[in-house]
Amino acid sequence: MTVDTQLIQVVSEKDIVTARSAARALATSLGFGAIDQSRIATAVSELTRNIVRYATDSKGRVTLAEIEDPAGIEIVVADDGPGIADIDLVLQDGYTSGAGMGLGLPGTKRLMDEMTIESTPGVGTTIVIRKWKR
Amino acid sequence: MSGVASLIKVGPTLIVTIPEDIGDEEAVALQENINEQIERTNASGLLVDITALETVDSFLGRLLNDIAVGGRLLGAETVVAGMRPAVAMTLIELGLQLKGVRTALDSERGLAMLGVDLRDRRRG
Repeated sequence: MTVDTQLIQVVSEKDIVTARSAARALATSLGFGAIDQSRIATAVSELTRNIVRYATDSKGRVTLAEIEDPAGIEIVVADDGPGIADIDLVLQDGYTSGAGMGLGLPGTKRLMDEMTIESTPGVGTTIVIRKWKR
Repeated sequence: MSGVASLIKVGPTLIVTIPEDIGDEEAVALQENINEQIERTNASGLLVDITALETVDSFLGRLLNDIAVGGRLLGAETVVAGMRPAVAMTLIELGLQLKGVRTALDSERGLAMLGVDLRDRRRG
């Protein structure tokens, strides 16, 4: 169950810092420890940078939420295109379509407890990541 | 502390302090500034203090690596000091290997690695 949500509109490179700072602040307030705070902030930074780099007009949305039963944090990173044609491919370490190192998505998956990607070419991509409190 | 990065030259050593929340463009500008300062001041050592830095993602991690490699190419031995344990854990899980980076637990140890004499001369 989602308790409370916070929406960050991504429109430029500066919003990467905004999104990761907000994610860290929420993780801290939810009682996550220092390492999980770092994991969560870093995951959000990676996914938000993907919006800035790859999404149409660098525009997208990051939604941060506390979740209950079990307690944790859920972050939804969404954009309206161009979409990912081959999701399995982008989850491989070292695969990159641009100038990056190809660590963003596989790395993010390792940092979080759950990651789901839904993408339709030409329509958009929605990535949901979750971390449970232990 | 957020704010801007600081660069100061102490003797032959350039000391750079990276702020808590540095954006991509600021980080790239800082890299260029560091390279210019090494060349301009003929620094033989570069200490990059990341004590304040809470989040290092793949972009910033690679940039730190590039700063260290670039510093060395310009003749300045480079040490990155003060990485938080949580940041180190995150970089491992992210899969980022900072192969070009010499690290120190804190700035004092980093300066010692660069051969800076830190003895307190007041005590003779």
